[in-house]
Amino acid sequence: MSVGNGGSAGHLAVRDLSIHFPTDDGLVRAVDGLSFTLERGKTLGIVGESGSGKSVTSLGILGLHKGGHARISGEIWLDGEELVSASADAVRKLRGKKMAMIFQDPLSAMHPYYTVGHQIVEAYRIHNQVSKAAARRHAIDMLGRVGIPEPAQRVDNYPHEFSGGMRQRAMIAMALSCDPELLIADEPTTALDVTVQAQILDLMRDLQREFDSALIIITHDLGVVAELSDDILVMYGGKCIEYGTADDVFYRPEHPYTWGLLGSMPRLDRAPTERLLPIKGSPPSLINVPPGCAFHPRCPYEERTEGRASTEVPGLLETEGGHLVRCHLPREERRAIWENDVKPMLETT
Amino acid sequence: MTTYIIRRLIGAVIMLLIVSMVTFAIFFLVPRLAGATPESLASRYAGRTATAETQKLIADRLGFNDPLVVQYGRFVKGLVAGSEFDTGASIEQCPAPCFGYSYITQQPVWPDLVDRSRVTLSLAVGAAAIWVFAGVAAGVVSALRRGSFFDRAAMGIALAGVSLPVFFTGMISLVFFSYSLGLTAPGGTYVDFTVNPAQWAYSLILPWITLAFLFAAGYARLTRAGMLETMNEDYVRTARAKGLPERTVVVKHGLRGALTPIVTIFGLDFGLLLGGAVLTESTFSLNGLGKYAIDAITNNDLPKVMGVTLLAAVFVVVANLIVDLLYAVVDPRVRLS
Repeated sequence: MSVGNGGSAGHLAVRDLSIHFPTDDGLVRAVDGLSFTLERGKTLGIVGESGSGKSVTSLGILGLHKGGHARISGEIWLDGEELVSASADAVRKLRGKKMAMIFQDPLSAMHPYYTVGHQIVEAYRIHNQVSKAAARRHAIDMLGRVGIPEPAQRVDNYPHEFSGGMRQRAMIAMALSCDPELLIADEPTTALDVTVQAQILDLMRDLQREFDSALIIITHDLGVVAELSDDILVMYGGKCIEYGTADDVFYRPEHPYTWGLLGSMPRLDRAPTERLLPIKGSPPSLINVPPGCAFHPRCPYEERTEGRASTEVPGLLETEGGHLVRCHLPREERRAIWENDVKPMLETT
Repeated sequence: MTTYIIRRLIGAVIMLLIVSMVTFAIFFLVPRLAGATPESLASRYAGRTATAETQKLIADRLGFNDPLVVQYGRFVKGLVAGSEFDTGASIEQCPAPCFGYSYITQQPVWPDLVDRSRVTLSLAVGAAAIWVFAGVAAGVVSALRRGSFFDRAAMGIALAGVSLPVFFTGMISLVFFSYSLGLTAPGGTYVDFTVNPAQWAYSLILPWITLAFLFAAGYARLTRAGMLETMNEDYVRTARAKGLPERTVVVKHGLRGALTPIVTIFGLDFGLLLGGAVLTESTFSLNGLGKYAIDAITNNDLPKVMGVTLLAAVFVVVANLIVDLLYAVVDPRVRLS
C-alpha cells in the first residue's frame, strides 16, 4: 500500500477511476475516467439513472466490484492510502473500519439466519480486539444511537422481526459500528416507505455530523440529494457529466441531462394537470456507448453542436468556480437555454 | 412449539398405523384373495412334509382361520403389549414389541431386528459422515470456482456417482481394494463397534465409501447450486463490506444460507437408509436390515418382512419429524404451528 500526499487534495480523492468488465458481448465500461474529492464531514451525492455506473463506483471504492475479471484503473486515495494498487487483503482490512456501506434493501442485505445484534457484533469484532460482551454492549449502544427503541431487547431479534425502517437503522448502526471515515449509502431510502425515508435521511444527517465522516449518497432521487448533499456529481454512461455544489446543480444546471432529471422530478408546487418532462429514450448500453457525447441520441439540443456531439467526446470543463460540465454547447448558449427555455418550464405556472 | 410436536407425534402414530394396515393387507389379505387357504399359510410354519391335519392344527393355533380384522388386531396388540404363542409343546412369551415368529427359524423377529439395526446403523452413520463432508466440500469449492477444471471434474464424478449402482461400484472396489491390493476387509467381515472400534471401522470402510459415493454426488450438486445462489445474495456482499475474511464470508454467510435444503434431504436420506441399505448390504454381505429383508422376502418369511417394513417406516416417519423440527432451528424465520 503506497502512502503519500496524494490524498491531501481531500480526505477521499478519486482520480481517473475506470472500472471495465470484459464480457462475451464486449467491454462494459461501467465507470470511465471518474474523478472527485470529498472532505470529512461533507456529503457528495452521485446521481444517475440505473446503469449509469454509480453503484459500481461505490463498490469499486470498497474493492467489492464483482467478478475477478473486472479491470480497475486510476487512483482512490482514502486518508493518505491508495486503494487501487493495494492488496486485496489490505483493502479488506479497511472495509468496515475506515469505509462502510449502507445498501438499498436492508432485508436482503442482512443475513436472515443471524440476529441483528450478532451481525453488528461481527462487524465490530473483526476490526476491534474486544470481548463478546463488550461488543454486545457496543451493539446495543449503536442500536440506541440510531433510534431503535429498547435496543437491549431488540439486539436479539432477527432481521425479519424488524420493520423496514428499523432494518435500515440497524444497517446504519452496523456500518457506523467501527466509526468509519467514509460512509457510502447506495440508494439508502429507495426500498422504504415515504414516511420512513425522511426519518432515515434525518438520521443520516445527524449521525454524519456526530461521527464527522465523509458521506457519499448514491441515488436516482434528486429529492434525497437535495436534502443532504454539499456537492453533486451527475453520472451518465459511466462518466461524470456535471459536477458542482448542490446550488450549482439545482439552481444553475448546465447539462441537458441534468435539466432532464430535474424535469422528471414530480413536484408539489407544480400544477397537478401539468405533465412531467421525461427524458426521451433509455440509458445507453455500457457496451456500446454512443460515440461522441454519450447523451447525444437523447439530447434535444444535439443539432446545435453542428455534428460534434456524435463524433467528439466533450471534455469535462470548468464553467465557473469548480462547477464542471461535459457538454459541447457553448457556455453562453447553455445558460441562455436554461434561463429562457428550461427554467420557466420547471417553475410553477 | 410443544403443541406442534405433540400434534406431529400423533400424526406420526396415525401414519404408522396406516402403514401397518397396508403392509398387513399386502401380506395376509392379498395371498388369500389369490387363493391361499389358512392351511397353505400354516404350511409355511409346518414345513412341506407336514400332514394336512398338522397344517390345520397350526392354522388354528396361529389364528389363521379368524377374520382378518381380528388377526390384525392381534398383531397390533402384540406390538403394543406383547403376546403369547402356542407352539404345541409349550406356550412361548413374546414380549412387546412382538412382531411374531419367523416361519423359518421359529425365532421371534424383534431381537433379530435390533441386532440387524446395529449393522445398518453403523453403515449409515459412517457413510453419512463421509458423504456430507465430501459432498458439501466439493459443492462449495465447485461453486466458488465455477467453470474451473475442479468444478467440471467434480461434477463429472458426481454424475458418475449418481448413475452407477452400488452393486457395480461395490464389486469393483471389492475386487480392487480388498482382493487385489488387500487394503480393506473383504465382504462379510463385520465386527461390532463394542468389540473393537478399529476393526469395526476397518470392516466397514469400503461399504462406507461405496455408499457415500452414491449420496455425496447429490449433496455436491445441491450444495453447488445453493452456494451459487447465496454467494450472489446481498447479505454476502454485506459480509464482505464489513471486512470479513473471505473464508468467513463463504462458510458463515454463504454456506449457512445454503444449508436448509441440505439438512432436509439429509434427514430423509438418513431415515430411509436406516430401514436398510439393501444393495450395499447385499454386495458386501453385511447382515443389516436390508439383507435381512431380502432374505425374508426370498424365503416368503412374512413376519420378518412385516417387521422390517414397519421398522423402516418408523425410521422414515421419525426422520421426517426431526427434519421439520430442524427447519425452525436452521431457519429462524420458520415458525412451527
